Amino acid sequence: MARLAMVIDTRLCVGCADCVVACKTENDVPEGFCRDWIVEQVQGAYPTPRLEIRSERCNHCDHPPCVGCCPTGASHVHRYGGVVLVDHDACIGCKACMAACPYDARFTNPKGYADKCTFCIHRVEKGQKPACVSVCPTHCMHFGDLDDPESEVAQLLRSRPNHALLPAAGTGPRVFYLT
Amino acid sequence: MSANVSRRQFLKISASLLAAAGFGGGVFERGGLLAGEPAVADGVRTIPTFCDICFWKCGAVAHVRDGKLWKLEGNPLDPLCRGRLCPRGTGGVGAHIDPDRLTRPLLRATVRGEEQWNAVSWDDALGFVAGKMEKIKAEHGPEAMALFSHGIGGTFLKQLMKAYGTPNLAAPSFAQCRGPRDVGFRLTFGEDPGSPERTDIANARCLVLIGSHLGENMHNSQVQEFAQAVASGCTVICADPRMSTAAAKATWWLPVRPGTDTALVLAWMQVLVAEKLYDADYVARFGHGFEQFAASIAGCTPEWAFVETGIRPEVIRDTAREMARHRPATLVHPGRHSNWYGNDAQRSRAIALLNALLGSWGRKGGFYTPAAMDLPDYPHPPYPKPSRPKVDNPGKRYPFAHETITTGIREATITGKPYPIKGWMVYATNLMHALPNEAETIAAIRNLDLLAVCDVIPSETAGWADVVLPECTYLERYDDLNPELFREPFIGLRQPVVPPPHEQKPNWWIARELGLRLGLQDHFAWNDIEDYLGTRLAKGGYDFAQLKRDGIIRGAPQPIYFADGVQPEFPTPSGKIEFWSQQLADHGFDPVPRYEAPEANPPGTFRVLYGRAPMHSFSRTQTNPLLHEVMPENAVWVNAVEARRLGLRSGDRVRLRNQDGVLSDPVPVKATERIRPDCVYLVHGFGHTAKGLKRAYRKGASDAQLLTRYKTDPLMGGTALNMNFVTLETV
Amino acid sequence: MDEITSTRMNHGIDPALHVWGWEIPVYLYLGGIVAGLMILAGYHILKAGRQQEKVSYPYAPVLGVVLLSLGMGALFLDLAHKVQVWRLYTTFAITSPMSWGSWILQLVYPALIAAAILHPPERVPFGQALLARVRGWSAWLHDRPRLVQTIGLANLGLGIALGIYTGILLGAFGARPLWNSAILGPLFLFSGLSTAAALMHLLAMVQRRGIDDDGYADALLAGVFRLMDPTHCRHIMMRFDASFLTIELAIIALWLIGLVSGSAVQQQAAALILGGAWTAAFWAGVVILGILMPLLLQGLELAGRIRHTVIPAILVLAGGFILRWVLVGAGQATGWN
Ligand SMILES: Nc1nc2c(c(=O)[nH]1)N[C@H]1C(S)=C(S)[C@@H](COP(=O)(O)OP(=O)(O)OC[C@H]3O[C@@H](n4cnc5c(=O)[nH]c(N)nc54)[C@H](O)[C@@H]3O)O[C@H]1N2
Ligand SMILES: Nc1nc2c(c(=O)[nH]1)N[C@H]1C(S)=C(S)[C@@H](COP(=O)(O)OP(=O)(O)OC[C@H]3O[C@@H](n4cnc5c(=O)[nH]c(N)nc54)[C@H](O)[C@@H]3O)O[C@H]1N2
Ligand code: SF4
Ligand code: SF4
Ligand code: SF4
Ligand code: SF4
Ligand code: SF4
Ligand SMILES: [Mo]
Repeated sequence: MARLAMVIDTRLCVGCADCVVACKTENDVPEGFCRDWIVEQVQGAYPTPRLEIRSERCNHCDHPPCVGCCPTGASHVHRYGGVVLVDHDACIGCKACMAACPYDARFTNPKGYADKCTFCIHRVEKGQKPACVSVCPTHCMHFGDLDDPESEVAQLLRSRPNHALLPAAGTGPRVFYLT
Repeated sequence: MSANVSRRQFLKISASLLAAAGFGGGVFERGGLLAGEPAVADGVRTIPTFCDICFWKCGAVAHVRDGKLWKLEGNPLDPLCRGRLCPRGTGGVGAHIDPDRLTRPLLRATVRGEEQWNAVSWDDALGFVAGKMEKIKAEHGPEAMALFSHGIGGTFLKQLMKAYGTPNLAAPSFAQCRGPRDVGFRLTFGEDPGSPERTDIANARCLVLIGSHLGENMHNSQVQEFAQAVASGCTVICADPRMSTAAAKATWWLPVRPGTDTALVLAWMQVLVAEKLYDADYVARFGHGFEQFAASIAGCTPEWAFVETGIRPEVIRDTAREMARHRPATLVHPGRHSNWYGNDAQRSRAIALLNALLGSWGRKGGFYTPAAMDLPDYPHPPYPKPSRPKVDNPGKRYPFAHETITTGIREATITGKPYPIKGWMVYATNLMHALPNEAETIAAIRNLDLLAVCDVIPSETAGWADVVLPECTYLERYDDLNPELFREPFIGLRQPVVPPPHEQKPNWWIARELGLRLGLQDHFAWNDIEDYLGTRLAKGGYDFAQLKRDGIIRGAPQPIYFADGVQPEFPTPSGKIEFWSQQLADHGFDPVPRYEAPEANPPGTFRVLYGRAPMHSFSRTQTNPLLHEVMPENAVWVNAVEARRLGLRSGDRVRLRNQDGVLSDPVPVKATERIRPDCVYLVHGFGHTAKGLKRAYRKGASDAQLLTRYKTDPLMGGTALNMNFVTLETV
Repeated sequence: MDEITSTRMNHGIDPALHVWGWEIPVYLYLGGIVAGLMILAGYHILKAGRQQEKVSYPYAPVLGVVLLSLGMGALFLDLAHKVQVWRLYTTFAITSPMSWGSWILQLVYPALIAAAILHPPERVPFGQALLARVRGWSAWLHDRPRLVQTIGLANLGLGIALGIYTGILLGAFGARPLWNSAILGPLFLFSGLSTAAALMHLLAMVQRRGIDDDGYADALLAGVFRLMDPTHCRHIMMRFDASFLTIELAIIALWLIGLVSGSAVQQQAAALILGGAWTAAFWAGVVILGILMPLLLQGLELAGRIRHTVIPAILVLAGGFILRWVLVGAGQATGWN
């Protein structure tokens, strides 16, 4: 089975939030909410600070606590690509998954259900890239199957230093940041 | 398809785009016109157009679902955007759905500036404007009308104004934007970098950015190419008092003292010359006055520059050598918004000369030579010749201004000299945010008999208008064709993708209706916009239906480097690259740029710097619901140590007070290691005070409000804005 | 220090997670009391069997049904997608404490009702016919000691499960370091027990005093519960109370020691109640008001130094709620970042 993953090159990302806006229009994300967002982290002091800019979203974790804690099975691991999804109709809006996600990647859609990044599975299943990936003007986002050693993402992770977010939380995040 | 491609000099091109073509025949043939059927898939219609959230004009494809605008994507056929829009372009959907939009024509109900209106019919509004224009013409002559416009949407109003008889047509893109740069480059190479800039960033091996904050400055192609360059290991050298996004990606960030860049550039050139690292062959073939130039900069050593710039001599030497190592693929970016310190044309000229030393003009990885497709004008009678010259630059006091100076028109409106200006038509420019010193703009407006503002939202400038003409957004209208000057020639079409939601009308309709009311029907001989566009295309031999379907017609790629056969041409007086400029000497200016130290900070103050955020355009996008969300307000960047000294933490709200006592709206502090201690930084365009801009009203602080002082560039009349100092006051 | 900025501003998530308001603390609180009531009732059933007619907690099961329903009502109010609520009670997700909870709750109802039937009240203001029927069932049950024992065991077992579950529900969230400890199960269990005992204690006292007492609240309570069997067992209850409270205090101490000696994120989380925003509410509300004060007052009462009042019971009940409220509130504000 494929394990879909995203690899984002922080050396190229300019934090423009195009990925955020594209996600909002593509997925009709309601006003006041976002499925992806930009984090800027500065380390060190003037005149030699270092800046890392990251486009963050649900990490589609290998061990997703949001799925484990869901009482209705609405949160589930999709049969294709290990993508973590929410079945809107099965969700009761108990918000356990939001409390369970160490990345705070989820939110309650005003329609009542838990909402978050879907890795744009509706596009991916049609052979397209996720909306955020396809719009990024710096081409810093890559998407593909981790289990395929020939995939762009697998090759990038082999060849470039990278990190994922909060590895200590133990969820096995599948959004990686090249540094 | 027949693509008639011509390579012309920039000067000629821009002139021909603006100038009146002679009256000629050419009857429009309906035969070639088939409405391009938009593509439909899954109930979603896709219609190509081009973006107007800034002036880059990227090809976009609108997706319309159930009659509603769903999303905008880049047009993959467009060489400019290569299928990807910037965040503002993607967020263009928000311009269409913005609840703060103007919906109906408005006539002022009380005194100017109170924002009290009566909604009127288009007929009444246009009748009012035409009546006032007739009266101004009768009492003061047609030259007493001025048009301020920005962007391609102004084309038809420009035609209207020229037909009416005034030469006073200005855009803030010259005296408030790229004017100094264009003049500095013209004085050196005879041509300017253009827009889109002819910078070959993608192929640069060493990229030098002086202020140009690519990545925040989100001009799409440049950002795409910048990322491409960084990805391929290009050395980036970035001089900026603030660690911009680009500086954060750079190999070298030089936190230069504000206003001292000329010293830095001169020192770089001194190293290149002294160490004989420059492209001697290129300079010998194309250069003029190199010896005088070399002598003139001989004293500008890195040690000398260090004192001014704060950049250590060894860093200046190392970076100069790095530039030389990669030449000619070393691009010293010309910048764009270059109105900084009042000697900006000369700084830009220094940047041009540095490029000349590196041999980058006309070379791969430097400045390419763009091409455009031939597109005939729509035939029209000759414009009347104004009886008085342009009002903005009396006696050519700014001898090298080659475009109209907005602030010159403003000054004439205030003083009545050289002759009075009584009417302003303002199209798609928010003068209150674009021109420095708001008080002067208001003083000028008080002298007017007519202020007509055509906008899409109730901007601050619209708030002062006598009549507000609500335009539909770019997504709801046709505009004139865009024959772009780029790496690869193409013509882009803007066409409506959704209908306007209320009574908004397109600019072409407004201009034409006014023209008819002013008796200028000969200048608007076309029936509607499709007639106009179709005629132009047919005369050029292009297929309108194809253009409607694809949004783009591409011409054959042309050679763009000297090495590929482009003939080096330098339309300067000497016909060469002018290291030493006789023109400048003749007008009493330095023939080789010299460094002038900037005014020192008054004790305890910070210099106000400003710039772009990638998700906003100037003052026009803050009410756009999608873009507002990703950045609802700006913050004032303060050096972390300074902030601590002042007892400020990130998120604290402060007001900025400038040297003239002007107090900004409250704005959160961003205490950061990314800026020098002697300056603060604001993203431009926030701090709206127009009541109708509900979503953006008083969110963040307006840099424009604080820029009460400006210095005028003696070469070209640009208004330098980095001249203001503030203290911070906790709220 | 790092400068971090984020464009995310999702309602309920930023600037700090706040997905659960008052509803969940109320739900956990009432659930805890019900658990305590069940344990007390179950214990009593097992111990007393049919011999004892006059039971200490005859109304505990009925009260349990009422409080449980209120608690589930609060949970329902919290759900954002109410039309789908039935799915909570028709799906079983083995890894989800919340799902376990929903099934425990479904089992709790019959157990409570069975316990209620075992000891029907002597008098009711209306529904005499029903009371007669219930008496009949009760007698039928009492003829079957094995069944009575099962009901006792079920109440005891389910009570323990419910009590622990209200803590595990939070404790299982690895993402929230303040919560992420198995000790929250026992903590909530004992807090449930102490609040249940305090509630019964309070009711018994209110009942004894009757409506002629001047306190309005007391009078109201007495009016509502005037059917309560007047037993004089408050000394026993006080002892129960005191031991539950002492155990609870010990567990809190263990929990805090675990946090401060834990990972960096746990230490950060502990800071919230050891100097941070929730410190006052936790120490003043939970520890002093809810545990130490009642212990002290009850000690003095038992020693006969002060008059016996409802105050300790009310303090324990309040402290139990504040515990849930502080934990739900502060825990959400903690995370890995
Ligand atoms: N303080 C300060 N001043 C500056 C700058 C700065 O950074 N700081 N930057 C300078 C530069 S580089 C430039 S280029 C100029 C830009 O100056 P402007 O071009 O004036 O930019 P905006 O402030 O965005 O104003 C544009 C106006 O056009 C309106 N508009 C947008 N779309 C349409 C449309 O389709 N139709 C019509 N009719 N109206 C429309 C917007 O609502 C807005 O009111 O400002 C210059 N001035
Ligand atoms: N997202 C977005 N992109 C835009 C626009 C927009 O509105 N929004 N507008 C477009 C337009 S019209 C223009 S003109 C361009 C403007 O964009 P640029 O041409 O890149 O503008 P600059 O004035 O160079 O940009 C300001 C930068 O200069 C730095 N700076 C200030 N003072 C000094 C100094 O003394 N020396 C040096 N070395 N640096 C200094 C500031 O810190 C800041 O990083 O952006 C274009 N791109
Ligand atoms: S679109 Fe690309 S460059 Fe822009 S913020 Fe997102 S990931 Fe970064
Ligand atoms: S990031 Fe959060 S929501 Fe996404 S899979 Fe991991 S735990 Fe679940
Ligand atoms: S909110 Fe919905 S998806 Fe999340 S845990 Fe509850 S039922 Fe599952
Ligand atoms: S993958 Fe799709 S849903 Fe996820 S952040 Fe990107 S655009 Fe949004
Ligand atoms: S750069 Fe962005 S805003 Fe400007 S035209 Fe292109 S897509 Fe539109
Ligand atoms: Mo500009």
